[in-house]
Amino acid sequence: MSAARATMGAALQQRPWVWSFMGAAVLWLATLAVAGPEAAFNIGLSAFSFGALMVLVGLGQMLVVTTGPGNIDLSIPSTIALAGALGLRTMGGEDGGILLGLLVTLGVGVGIGLANYLLIRLLQIPPIIATMSSSFILQSLAIHVGQGLKITPPQLLASFATGWLLHLPQLAWLVLAVALGLAWILGRTLFGRFLSAVGQNARAAWLAGIGVERIRCLCYVLCAVFAALCALLIAGFSGGASLDMGNEYLLMSVAVVVIGGTSVTGGRPSVAGIWGAALFLYFTNTLLNVVGLSAGERSVLSGLIIIAVIVCSGRRRQYR
Amino acid sequence: MTTLARTPVRARHGLLSRHEIQTLLLPMATLAVVLAPIFWINPNTMSYFGLGLLLNLAVPMILASMAQLCIIAVNDLDLSIGAFISLVSCIAVTWLPERPLLGVAALIACVLLYAAIGALVELFDLPSIVVTLGLSFVWGGWALILLPMPGGATPQWIQDVMNLAIPVVPTPIVYAVLIALCGHWFLMRSSLGVRLRGAGGNPKAIVRSGGSVVRAKALMYGLAGVLGILSALTLVGITTSADANIAQRYTLISIAAVILGGGSFIGGKVSPIGATLGAITLGIAASFLSFLNIAPKWQIGLQGAILIIVLSMRILLSARGERQ
Repeated sequence: MSAARATMGAALQQRPWVWSFMGAAVLWLATLAVAGPEAAFNIGLSAFSFGALMVLVGLGQMLVVTTGPGNIDLSIPSTIALAGALGLRTMGGEDGGILLGLLVTLGVGVGIGLANYLLIRLLQIPPIIATMSSSFILQSLAIHVGQGLKITPPQLLASFATGWLLHLPQLAWLVLAVALGLAWILGRTLFGRFLSAVGQNARAAWLAGIGVERIRCLCYVLCAVFAALCALLIAGFSGGASLDMGNEYLLMSVAVVVIGGTSVTGGRPSVAGIWGAALFLYFTNTLLNVVGLSAGERSVLSGLIIIAVIVCSGRRRQYR
Repeated sequence: MTTLARTPVRARHGLLSRHEIQTLLLPMATLAVVLAPIFWINPNTMSYFGLGLLLNLAVPMILASMAQLCIIAVNDLDLSIGAFISLVSCIAVTWLPERPLLGVAALIACVLLYAAIGALVELFDLPSIVVTLGLSFVWGGWALILLPMPGGATPQWIQDVMNLAIPVVPTPIVYAVLIALCGHWFLMRSSLGVRLRGAGGNPKAIVRSGGSVVRAKALMYGLAGVLGILSALTLVGITTSADANIAQRYTLISIAAVILGGGSFIGGKVSPIGATLGAITLGIAASFLSFLNIAPKWQIGLQGAILIIVLSMRILLSARGERQ
């Protein structure tokens, strides 16, 4: 009996992401019990749209967190604000401008990622301070570019972001593809192995001849690029780019990484867990909504749930 | 790295040690650089009333920075302090005037909750950033329940304290100096303060000398809660009403102020006087822009730029120091 439990415990510890999917399933079943099958089914589908956006940002944050203890990107909300504003202004609401706008957005992402990395490297400051400082400047730039207006997306972008394919939102397919690609890269390629090595012990990785700084740089750039890409999708999905559309994504990105079982001390990413955690968080919010709680009460409860989940995962870490 | 043994007893000249004075040079220079153009363009700002107006909103910001400093001193980071100050502001304009007992009980509960979070973070070895991010949702939601619409009324006695006209020296400066000196005395001079900082600088040493890091963190988090409450009370004393997001921006500004003031993330290295100067510098950045006729949208960008410039200066100075 205890041996069986021990093997199961070991199996779960190998795959910490299972917890997030179990949590998501329990919450969906609770929604089913409260709201009935039809509503629960619709909530399940819309979770893939909203969840996809969270996952995209979360994947970027996961890469940054995996590069080692103390690594985190606080500039995600302002990256979303600036990239969205610049991208949509370049598009000018015309379908013909989408390609150029996409390039501009990706360029903004690469630029912000490089700037973040250079601040950390050159000023030798903790990533939190570096990305916070840069987010201050990005915020001002975003206000300047966006001018406080909601910039409408081109028709094609809006219909892509809200469209469906094979019974699932197109957003979900896109992000699923990105996630699968990233999972393959992390699990099967040299870059993935190197990233884990850097995150677990940067000095050992350096002594083994791994280009530690190059990998860190790439992770920060990818994180900003994912956030920038997400900005376009949010704008397309919600009918326009606004300054505050990225605000909730800071907590979300960190929460999905931690709840998804990615190690906060670095070196152990979990792509699947990001999906599980995003669904878990979305179902939490909708369940509280279905039960009839106000925005304030929802906020209090989801905060408490996030803290509770983190405390539980902390206890698990001690047993290792 | 600041450890227990690091408080230089012999090198102390009166109030500040030489090392402490060196740490304060950069924050003082930064403040001077921001203040000089304001004084230059409009000499009236140098008067009693001018300085009072310029530094009006500095007091709550300084207290918020002190709260953040307590957390940074134990190697953690509080991303919920802005939401917490917003919540207390809402309590101060709703429950405190109408049901004072409930209001005071709620504030005490907040401090205890803060202390419990500190203990929890240490006990389970949790990332403080994530926990306090979650906590910010709890504070923010509670504030929204209390005060869905901006409004409320600040109790008169709080307004009186903030509108107190101290002769000769502008009132905000008196308060700022008081806060800075109290913080300096407690954290840098009192033996309890040194032990508490040790929990950030060298936790092993604390444990080996029979202390408890959990207790130290709970105390520091609780202290941050108390300072957050003071910050909120002074804030609503000036604004006379509140809203659920009144102090959201304090979260990042308070971190920036601690860092500007010579604080560092590693090893519990902090400076209460420096953080006070940092908070004042960031607070008058808005006035700086308006005197230079630059749109207020660049305010937060300027604050970021100040931070980056000061951190670069620090690197340059320490590189020079090493070469010599």
